[in-house]
Amino acid sequence: MVDQIARLPRTASPLFPGFSLDSVRRGAEAILIPVGALLATAIVFGLFVAAAGADPLETYSLMYRGAFGTWFSWQNTLQRTAPLLLTALCVALPAKLGLVIIGGEGALVMGGLVSAAVGAALIGVPPWLLLGLMAMAGMAAGGAWIALAGALRQFRGVNETISSLLLAYIAIALMNHMVEGPLRDPASLNKPSTPPLGEANMIGSIPGLDVHWGLVFGLIACLAAYVLMQRTTFGFGARMVGGNVRAARMAGLSVTTLSMITCFLAGASAGLAGMVEVAAVHGSAKASLVAGYGYTGILIAFIARQNPLAVIPVALMFGGIAASGGLLQRRLDLPDATILVLQGIAFVMILASDTLYGRFRIFQPRG
Amino acid sequence: MNAPFLRTHANGALGLEAVGMTKRFGGLTALDDVTMRVSAGSFHALLGENGAGKSTLVKCIMGYYHADQGQVAVGEQEREIANPRDAHALGVGMVYQHFTLVPGMTVAENLVLSRSHVPAVVKWADERRALDAFMAGMPFRVPLDVPVSALAAGEKQKLEILKQLYLKNRFLILDEPTSVLTPGEADEVLGLLRRMTREGKLTVLTITHKFREVMAYADEVTVLRRGKFAGTGRVADLSRSDMAEMMIGAREIPHGASRLDNAIGEPRLQITGLKALNDGGLPALEDLDLTVWAGEVVGIAGVSGNGQRELVEVLAGQRPSAAGEVRIGGELYGATRAEIKRHRLCLLPEEPLRNACVARMSVAENMSFRSFDDPPFARGGWWLNGSAMRGAARDLISLYKVKTPGPDAPIGTLSGGNVQRAVLARELAHDVRVLIVANPCFGLDFAAVSEIRSQIMQARNRGAAVLLVSEDLDELFELADRILVMFDGHLVYETPTPDADLSVIGQHMAGH
Ligand SMILES: Nc1ncnc2c1ncn2[C@@H]1O[C@H](COP(=O)(O)OP(=O)(O)OP(=O)(O)O)[C@@H](O)[C@H]1O
Ligand SMILES: [Mg+2]
Repeated sequence: MVDQIARLPRTASPLFPGFSLDSVRRGAEAILIPVGALLATAIVFGLFVAAAGADPLETYSLMYRGAFGTWFSWQNTLQRTAPLLLTALCVALPAKLGLVIIGGEGALVMGGLVSAAVGAALIGVPPWLLLGLMAMAGMAAGGAWIALAGALRQFRGVNETISSLLLAYIAIALMNHMVEGPLRDPASLNKPSTPPLGEANMIGSIPGLDVHWGLVFGLIACLAAYVLMQRTTFGFGARMVGGNVRAARMAGLSVTTLSMITCFLAGASAGLAGMVEVAAVHGSAKASLVAGYGYTGILIAFIARQNPLAVIPVALMFGGIAASGGLLQRRLDLPDATILVLQGIAFVMILASDTLYGRFRIFQPRG
Repeated sequence: MNAPFLRTHANGALGLEAVGMTKRFGGLTALDDVTMRVSAGSFHALLGENGAGKSTLVKCIMGYYHADQGQVAVGEQEREIANPRDAHALGVGMVYQHFTLVPGMTVAENLVLSRSHVPAVVKWADERRALDAFMAGMPFRVPLDVPVSALAAGEKQKLEILKQLYLKNRFLILDEPTSVLTPGEADEVLGLLRRMTREGKLTVLTITHKFREVMAYADEVTVLRRGKFAGTGRVADLSRSDMAEMMIGAREIPHGASRLDNAIGEPRLQITGLKALNDGGLPALEDLDLTVWAGEVVGIAGVSGNGQRELVEVLAGQRPSAAGEVRIGGELYGATRAEIKRHRLCLLPEEPLRNACVARMSVAENMSFRSFDDPPFARGGWWLNGSAMRGAARDLISLYKVKTPGPDAPIGTLSGGNVQRAVLARELAHDVRVLIVANPCFGLDFAAVSEIRSQIMQARNRGAAVLLVSEDLDELFELADRILVMFDGHLVYETPTPDADLSVIGQHMAGH
C-alpha cells in the first residue's frame, strides 16, 4: 500500500534562502529596544525643553558636560552612581522571582536612619569597627523593611508592589519623626539631623579618585548579585520560582524561604546605600537622605531588564543625568524639576517599549 | 483513487496548497521541502511523530512563523501570508494546542471581541440577535451568557471552533483538538465538523496522534517524518500499519513491557482523610483514603474535573491539603525537597510545560530540577557546575530520544511531545520508589505512548508504588493492577483490573 502513495512534485520555486543569525537577532532585540526607547525619550524631552524656552541641542551638550565633560563632573556623576547601583539591585533581585518591589527608597531611608543611630550611639569605637557595625545595622534595617513587604505577600497575599511603596512612605515619616524628636542632635537648629559622625569616622575616598568607597560597594554588590543569580544553587532556585512557581513547588523548593531571603538581600542592598549616604556624604541622617535614589533605581532596573550587570552602565548614565541637573538650572534657567521630567518620560517610554518585544519581524528567529 | 483536487467548493469551502515549505530554527531544520495539498471540502489529517514538524508546518501556513522557502496557495491563488491576520482575511483560521479565550468574559463577549473590526460602541442587543441566529445555524451550541472560566475543557474547545466559524473562516486548522476532550466529546466535535466538510462549507486540516480518529473521520492524510514529507494518500486506501510505517519508517515499533508477577511489597503511599479545596475555595476532595503498595499500579479513573487534578497537586506540593495526611513509607509527607529526595518520589504531571518546566530555562537546566543542588551539579553545595549539567542532559537527551537543537535550547521551544519526554527523562533518571503519573500520554505519538507505558510498567516491576491518574480507560486497563473511580471528590468504586467491567466503571464515572 505504501508504495502507491504519490510523492508530490514540487511545483514552485523557492523564495530567497534564509540567514542563520538567530542569536544575534535576539541579542540585538534586547539592546536595540531599550536604546530606541531612550532615543524616543530624548526627542520628547527635547520638545519639552524647547517648550520651556531652551535650545534642546544646547541642553544636551550641557548635560554631557555636566555629567562627563570634566574630571569634576565625572566625580559628581560617580558620587551619585554609587547609591543608584544599590537601589537598582533592590528592584532587580526580587524581579528574578517575579516580585515587583518599588519601595527601595524606604529601605534606603531605614538603612540610613538606623546606621546613623548606631553610629551616634557607638561614637568612640575605632572608625573601621564603627563603619562595619553601621553597615551591618543599615543592611539589616533595609533588609527587614523589604522582607516585611515580602512577608505580607507570602503570608497574607498583599500585593508587594503596593505594600513596598506604602512602606517607603512610612519609613520617610518615621525618619522625620526620629530626626526631629528622639534622635535629634540639639545642635542642628533649622535643619534637624542626628548627631554628626565627625570627619574622622566618615567613609573616605578611593585613593586617587576623590570618589567615596560607596562606588566600589555598589560595583561589588552588582557583581555579587549576578553571580548569586546565575552561578549558585540559590539563584537557580530563585530563577525557577520566577519562571514558573508551579514547577518550583513540584521540585519541593520553598517559595517562601527563597522569596524572603531575596527580599532581605534586596532591602539590604538599598539599606547599604542609605548607610553610605550617611557615612560618606551627609555625615548624619536628615531629610536630605530622601533624594529619590530609590525611585530612580526602579527606572534603572527596568532599563537594565533586571540584569545586575546591565545595571552598572545604566546607573552611570542616570548618575550623570542627576549630576548635570544643577548646571541646567544655572545656565539655562530651567526649573529644577527638569531632571524629574526627563526620568518620568524615560520611565513611560521604557515601560511602553516592553510591549514591543517580539513585534519586530527583523528580530525573530527565522533560520 | 484519483479524487479531483478542488481549489474552491461551490458552498464556500477553500482548498489549500503548501508547496516546498522549508523552515529552519538556527541549525535545526524543522521542515525540509514539505508539500501538502488539501482539497476544498475534505477532512485532512496531518500525522507524524513528536517533533516531526506538524505544528511548525501549520504555523508557517498561518503566518505565525515565516517559512524560509515555499509558497502557500489558498483557494485559486498563491498568497503572501505575513501574519495570522492575513490568514484570517483569506478565511483560514486555526485552533491552537492551548486555549486563546479570555476566561473572565462571557461566551458572547469572547465571540464579538474576536472579530478583527469591533465597533467602538458595541450594540449588544443587535449582537445578541446576530449571535442567536449564528448559534441556531451551528451543529453544536455553547451557552452565550456563561463566563468562559466556567466552561469545561470540552466546551471551551467547542467554543474555539465556533469562534473560527463565527469569524467566517472556511479553512480550519486544528492542532491536536481532541487531546483535552473525552472520547465522547471528541466524537461529537469531529462528527459535526465532518458533516460541515461533507456539505462543502468547510475544509478541515487536523493534527492528531489518534489513529482511531483518523480512520473514523479523515478523508486523506499527509505524513511527515523528521521534517520531511513522508507520504500522502486516501484513508480508504490505507491501514493503520501503513500510516504507522510512514510515520516512523522501517523502524521497529517498540513493544510494551509485560507485567511481572512480582510479590506486592509494603504499603508505600498512604493517604488518609485527605481534603483539598479547588481554586474557588470549594472542596474538591473529601475524606479520601487510598493506599498504594510497593510493586503495584493503582489506576484512578474519572471524568476530568472530579478532583483528580487537585489530588495530584497535593501530592506534588502545588496545593495545600485542608485536612488529612499523606504518609510515605510510614513517615508523614509534606512535599518538601528533602522528603521528595529521601522517598525517591517522581511525578509526571499533565501539561508538563505548565506544571513541571520553566519555559525560558534551558533543556539542561530543566532536566536538573531534581538534582541541581546535589553533586556533581553543585560543588560545595552552592556552586553550579553548568558543564556537568549539560553533560548529564546530553546523555538523557540521547537515552530518551528528546528532539532538541541541544541542551542549551529553551525548553519552551521544543515540540509538545518532546517537552513530555524531557520531563520523563528527568523524573525516571534515578531509581524510583513512588511514581505519580497524570495523563502521561496526552499529545504523544504512538511510539512514544508505548515507550512511556513500558517505562511505567518497568518502574512497577522494579517495586515502585505507582499511582496513575488517567482519563484514558484503555491505558488504565493496560497498566493498572487495581482501578478506582473518582467522582465528585470521592473514590466511589474499586475493582481489581482482571475483574473490571467497562460498563460498571462507566456508570460510576457518571455518578450512578
Ligand atoms: N520556536 C522554535 N524555536 C526553535 N525550535 C523550534 C521552535 N518551534 C519548534 N521547534 C523545533 O522544531 C521541531 C518541530 O517541532 P513541531 O512543534 O513542529 O513538532 P510537532 O510535529 O508539532 O510535534 P508534537 O507532536 O510533539 O507537537 C522540533 O524539533 C522543535 O524543537
Ligand atoms: Mg505540535
